[in-house]
Amino acid sequence: MLSVPRERAIVSEESVPRLPRHVRMRLDPVRGRDVVLSPEKVFWPDAVSTEILQLCDGARSVGAIADVLAAEYNAPREVILFDVMEFVQEWSDNLLLKI
Amino acid sequence: MVGQSALEDLIREAPPAPRIVPVGPPLGMLAELTHRCPLQCPYCSNPVQLLKAAGELSTQEWLRVFDEAAALGVLQVHLSGGEPTLRPDLEPFVERLATHGVYSNLITAGVTLTRDRVMALAGLGLDHLQLSVQSVREPMAERIGNYKGALAKKRELTGWVREAGLPLTINAPVHRHNIEETEEVIQFALDVGAERLEVANTQYYGWAALNKAALMPSYEQVIRQAGIVTEARARLKGILNIDYVTPDYYARYPKPCMGGWAKDALNVTPAGRVLPCHAAESLAGMRFETVQDMALGDIWYASESFNRFRGTDWMREPCQSCERKLVDFGGCRCQAFALTGDARATDPACILSPHHTSMKDTADALSASQAPEFTYRRIGRV
Repeated sequence: MLSVPRERAIVSEESVPRLPRHVRMRLDPVRGRDVVLSPEKVFWPDAVSTEILQLCDGARSVGAIADVLAAEYNAPREVILFDVMEFVQEWSDNLLLKI
Repeated sequence: MVGQSALEDLIREAPPAPRIVPVGPPLGMLAELTHRCPLQCPYCSNPVQLLKAAGELSTQEWLRVFDEAAALGVLQVHLSGGEPTLRPDLEPFVERLATHGVYSNLITAGVTLTRDRVMALAGLGLDHLQLSVQSVREPMAERIGNYKGALAKKRELTGWVREAGLPLTINAPVHRHNIEETEEVIQFALDVGAERLEVANTQYYGWAALNKAALMPSYEQVIRQAGIVTEARARLKGILNIDYVTPDYYARYPKPCMGGWAKDALNVTPAGRVLPCHAAESLAGMRFETVQDMALGDIWYASESFNRFRGTDWMREPCQSCERKLVDFGGCRCQAFALTGDARATDPACILSPHHTSMKDTADALSASQAPEFTYRRIGRV
């Protein structure tokens, strides 16, 4: 039996996500695209994912991020919130976001 | 969801692949800074003919290579070897990569680093550290690496890595002498606070090919290991990422080696030779350019060696008409050459290869026999 010293982080509206130190997002000047760099893996987020990641600044909560996007896209907040929570949970499970 | 018959229709109707596959810039570079290493692991994939220190690229040459790589579009550089920390100029290398915004990953055996050096490298912008663990049982760790006290040093290093705030991957190369430790290795990775664990079944290149009989696990062992990894992955979701390098000799399909020849990555040897993969010098008759003679960009886009197995035009049957040809690219050219004598052949790891059965038979026979002594990895040994 494994003894597991840590717990899986579960996202909530109050979570404050940020990129951990070992994950870096930058503009790749050669390809002219935003890129996310992590150990052994490179990700090419689409425009919406890039925007969510930029809002994961360690200050805003998931709820606040949903507020920003709902206003910007003029979309129902509960739909946006659901999408943001799903995104943050997935990236957290892959250890690409800290919450 | 597309049904099976609809999927087959799609495959049948797919337009023929373009004759010229557009080549993008490389994403990653493996920089083998040296072949020297304090450990002598028999599973090492370095070539049997190891380079002496005098033949290594100079500091200035490596810095130029890193500049060229960044300009070419390389986003990640893996500093490897041999043992890369034996180079006293590791610090300026890390610093230069950070200047370019290139993600730097130090791949180390961890027995030569000091706390001060870990802190200094972190301060200069090192992004990630990968530590190899030969066994989590001290006597076996010493036997595999032929190095006293290695495991204790590695444990100590993990503390410094955490203290420096660096992310940590544990790389566990697996073979018949440690495959039963899989659960203990996962526990070790959890205990030292690693983010990632690579359970890496030995790939039989270089020294590992020489030691194949001493290393080959049985099919039953591999299946048991796969079960443990699958269960642990589910249990440790969001806690520890586990990557699994499949055991080729018991596979049904080959690995997509390097994601395709010269597609995403390149490798620079300690002597400055530029290869599409770290084992490519084993392909007899092929000539590879060096960073001393040619610009990295010219080698990547225009050299004969990098274009030899690029895309799919070079393939024969059964690869050429295979629906998986863009999934696994016919597998590994080096393994195909080593086992069939033909670098264009289907990787025998594939069930469609005529050599597939004999590959599995070899593995079964070797693993059922008593393991011979290791031929330890040494410069000038063979």
